[in-house]
Formats: sequence, C-alpha cells, structure tokens
Amino acid sequence: MSAEAPPVEELASRQPVRGSLPRRLAGRPELGAVVGAVAVFVFFSIVAEAFLQWSSFSTVLYASSTIGIMAVPVALLMIGGEFDLSTGVLVTSSALISSMFSYQMTANVWVGAGVSLLATLAIGFFNGYLLVRTNLPSFIITLGTFLILQGCNLGFTKLISDTVSTKSIADMEGFPSAHKVFASHLTIGDVEVQITVLWWFALIALATWILLRTRAGNWIFAVGGAKEAARAVGVPVERTKIGLYLGVALAAWISGQHLLFNYDVVQSGEGVGNELLYIIAAVIGGCLLTGGYGSAVGAAVGAFIFGMTNKGIVYAQWGADWFKFFLGAMLLLATLLNWWVRKRAEESK
Amino acid sequence: MTAAVLAAVLGTVLAGCSSTGGKRAEERAAREAAAGGRAAVNTPKWTFAMVTHSGDGDTFWDIVQSGAKQAAVKDNIRFLYAHNEEGKEQSQLVQSYIDQKVDGLIVTLAKPDAMKAVVKKAQKAGIPVITVNSGSEVSKAFGALTHVGQDETIAGEAVGDELNKRDRKKALCVLHEQGNVGHEQRCDGAAKTFDGKMEKIYVEGTNMPDVQSSIEAKLQSDKGIDTVLTLGAPFADTAAKAADQAGSKAEIDTFDLNAKVAAALQDGTLGFAVDQQPYLQGYEAVDLLWLNRYNADVLGGGKPVLTGPQIITKDDAAELASYTKRGTR
Repeated sequence: MSAEAPPVEELASRQPVRGSLPRRLAGRPELGAVVGAVAVFVFFSIVAEAFLQWSSFSTVLYASSTIGIMAVPVALLMIGGEFDLSTGVLVTSSALISSMFSYQMTANVWVGAGVSLLATLAIGFFNGYLLVRTNLPSFIITLGTFLILQGCNLGFTKLISDTVSTKSIADMEGFPSAHKVFASHLTIGDVEVQITVLWWFALIALATWILLRTRAGNWIFAVGGAKEAARAVGVPVERTKIGLYLGVALAAWISGQHLLFNYDVVQSGEGVGNELLYIIAAVIGGCLLTGGYGSAVGAAVGAFIFGMTNKGIVYAQWGADWFKFFLGAMLLLATLLNWWVRKRAEESK
Repeated sequence: MTAAVLAAVLGTVLAGCSSTGGKRAEERAAREAAAGGRAAVNTPKWTFAMVTHSGDGDTFWDIVQSGAKQAAVKDNIRFLYAHNEEGKEQSQLVQSYIDQKVDGLIVTLAKPDAMKAVVKKAQKAGIPVITVNSGSEVSKAFGALTHVGQDETIAGEAVGDELNKRDRKKALCVLHEQGNVGHEQRCDGAAKTFDGKMEKIYVEGTNMPDVQSSIEAKLQSDKGIDTVLTLGAPFADTAAKAADQAGSKAEIDTFDLNAKVAAALQDGTLGFAVDQQPYLQGYEAVDLLWLNRYNADVLGGGKPVLTGPQIITKDDAAELASYTKRGTR
C-alpha cells in the first residue's frame, strides 16, 4: 500500500456538505436508515394492533437501547476500520466481575462496579494494544479475546462460586442506589421508560459530538478511510484505535452493570452471539464494513430498526416458529430500502 | 502523618464493605452445615464418565454434576465430566472416553441419531451405559442398561393438569432454545392436558434483556394471557419482571428450580415449579453403575426410572430453599 496523501475530500468527508437541504441530507450516512426506520414503524403500526400503544413503544425502546448502547461505540470502531467480536461476552464478563468481586469481598456493590470498570477497560486496552503492536487483523485478535473471555466467564465463575451463575447480590449495601443508576425506570406521563434508554441517548450524543466536533473525530474517519495516509499527515493512528476499543469497553461496562443490577444474578454463559447484533445495527445504520464511513446516530437508528422488527413481529402475533424468518426478511427489506434511498440521494448530488 | 493516612485508608476500606449479604453471610451458613466426604465402600477405584448435551454455563447441569459427584465420593468412583451441545461433538467425547477404557458411561440422548453408533460401540467394548435426562424412548433400543430421567411429555401434562386446577384460561409457553426437542415436548404435553388455550413464544436464552422485552411485548399484545410458563429456572424471574412492566396480572410458573425460584415461590411471585430433580439424575446414574459393576443390578426392568415431575408450590418452597442455596435442588 502506498502512502500517497489522500484527496482532501476523503479526509473531510464528515464535513457537512454545503448547499440546499436535500443535498445536505444526502450527505448524511443515516439518511437511508431513518427512511427504513419510518417504513418499519408505519408497517407495524398498520399490521400490529398493540404496536401503537405508549407502553409498547417503551418496550421497543428498551429492546433497542440494550443493543444500541453497544452499537454506538461499535459503529465508531467500524468507522475507524476495525471489528470487535468480543463485545457480546465482554458485557457478561463485566457483569460477572462486578458481581463476584462484591460478593466474595463482601464489599459495597459500588466497589465491585468500580473494579469491574477498570478490568473491562483493561480488556479493551488489551484488544487495542495488541492490534496496533502486531498489525494483525482485528477479526483474529478479538476472536481470540472472545474465546478467552468466554472460557474465563465460565471457568472463573465455576471456580469462585462453584456454580455457573453468580450468587444474588440484591441484599448487599449499595445495591438500591446502583439499581437506580443502571436498571430503574422513569415514569414520563403514564409511560415507564427504562433508564437504559437515557444511557443510550447520552452515548449517542457523546459519540456524535466526538465524531463531528472534535479532532479525535477527524482522526477516527481518517484511520478508517486511509490508515497509511492518515499516519503520513500526522494522525496518531495507534492512540485513536486504542481509544476506540476503550470506548467499546466503557459501553460494555454500562451494559454489563445493567444486566447485573436488573437481574441481580448473572448466568456465565450469556452474551454469546450478541456481538453480531451490535455489528448488524451499525451496518443497518449505514456504517460501511470497510471503515471510514458511518455515524453514531445511524447506528442508533439501526438498533431501533432491529428493536422494532424484533418486537413488532411479536405484537403482530405472527407464527412463533417463523420468527427468525420474519426477522431476517424484515431486516433485509429495511436495509434494501436504506441502500436504495442512499443511492438515489447520491445520484441527485 | 502516617497514622492519619493509615486511618484514612482503613476508613475507605471499611466504608467499602457491605454489612449485609455476600460471602461472609454464606460462610456463616456453611459453618452451620459442614459435611465431610468419604467413601462408604471398599470396591476398587473405578472410573465413570458422564457426557451431556449441556451448553456452556447451564445451572441445571451443575446440579446433575453435584449429585453425580457426591455419589462418586460415596462409591469410591473417579468421576469425569464433559459436555457439548452439538450432537456430533458429544459423540466424539463419548468415543474418547471409550478409548480411555472407562468402567462406566453416563450419557444424554438429546440428539439420539448422533449418539446411536457410539453408544453401541461402548457396549461392544464392554462398558455399561446409563442414559439420563433425555432419550427415554430410545435408551433401551440403543442397549443402555437403564434410563434415569423425566419424561418431558409427562412433565408437560402434569403442568396442564395443574393449570386446570388453578382455573387458568390462556397460557404462554416460553421456549428459550429453538429446536430443543425436549422443550417442544414440554409445551406440547402441557397443551394436551390444558383445557385453556396455549401459545408459544421463542426467545434468545443467552440474552436476558431480549427474553424480558419479548415476553413484555407478547403480554402487551394479548391481554388475555393469564399464565406465563418458562422452561428454565433463570427465566422465571425475568418473566415476572416482564409481566410487571407490561402491567399484566399473569401468574408465572416454571420448570426447574434454583435458589431464586424457591424464594419467589415463597413470596408468591411464582405460582408453582415443576422439578425433575436433576440431583437425583446424577446421583442415581452413578450409583446404578456402581451397583451394576458390584452386584450386576439393573433397575427399571426395561422402563425408564422417572425422577419427575414433582410439582412444587409455596408450601414446599420453605423446606427446599436451603437445598437450592447449596446447589443440590
């Protein structure tokens, strides 16, 4: 690969395109996803009677948020040109560490949560550091971490608790306040909104700000779009990539604490397969699998499409045996619509 | 100065401790009920191996193992355990134990077709086989000595009867593993004897928030559901949360037991639990193999030895709570 300087437009592709509203919209990666989301929403509003209730909307939002919290940093990582296959089990690891530390040390649960934060960030750092030092594909490295974590989750839980699930920490000090922060719900009007939705929105805002308003955001697009070129113009490629993995770890910690404080017992085998859901949400939301293009809002909309489809099929009361078929078909349709809209938008530019 | 720092550090450490729950409470309880493990017989140290179709991190199989291990200690047995949810991998594990010339084998037949050949091979090698948990229909045909377990259809039927007794009208059966034959049999069995209507829903068992939001969605879309039946203990509590969120008054009932289920039965969050006594499946399998080696005994007379279903309600829960905590119920 040659280290030619990239065309200016490429490094600056995140800059808002100037001009008329349609032109500006067409420049946004999440445009197609938003159209897809509206289509899915309208579709289920028509076919599913219960879909339009406020309480249903809150359920859909909850389902979307548990995927979305992870999809946002995963999207940033993908924009930065890397993958992480360990995210699903990392969430479980984070919950397990927190629970077991608190229990074994008979410590206030916040102490366990703090230790878990450090440990989770360390795992994220390990992924990032190994990646930049070896230059191996992130696919391989995080596949390794995925398996190691899966083994550790089971092995340590069994070693320490002598069973495959943790003990309940619901009667321990600090639990009520931690439950409030990670697993409570707020009543807005007569609708109950899970607090994970707020965490999700906060992460979207933070990620969008980083991407569009900071220098680090520039670097993320640059390392994902043209790594060698970015390095040549002085972008700290390694720091950026490690930072992205730390971001993923932070979100995994938040998700993990939600798991722990919502269900107060953690099953050590959980989380496998969820890493794909996060990637799917990011891709539906317009992130390119090749890196350098995408947005945090897009990933959030992708998670929302997934949540709506996933629960919409239940509201529509379609045959349970065919659930996965419907899920796949709906997602494919939403993504096709997304692709078509974006293509049209690019042509009109 | 040093003293002040020391005091501050000590202060934070102390402030970080929880005076309720945690390991300290557990140790206190354990001290009260300490028990030693010594062999009760002087037969040679035989090696028995168990190979199940369990996935990683399944509480149920923990209890089976706990039963098997205690029987092994008593019978002076070296006990080996391996598991894989893929039928093909499971049969390879059995093969590797045959190669190691173990003295007895305990297997599950959740995927009978994949296991048939290897069970026959064990027989040819002169290794007695006992099947547990699943596969009661084929166990004898494959040449196993006996089957120890619950008949899933019968267990389901017992649930249907219990629901009738409780005057339930519409139930939701929550399957947490798509394609698990035993799970289908439980739901179908329940639907057979239940006079009301029974619906099924599939959820991702490895993703608790998905389990919760899917049940929530179902309860919101169908207000007529007055019973939610989960097929595994960890899902009962989540179903209760979902019902609460959806503003549904549905009663939650479940298959299998754990400490949380026992507690929830006691405080009335759950209606009843169907126990197939996994401890007994492990314990009996090892013990029967030992009896066969020692005394050529065979139990069941060609029929499966049933370990369940046992319906557990609020009345029994108090007694079982301490046993679930130590992981033997």
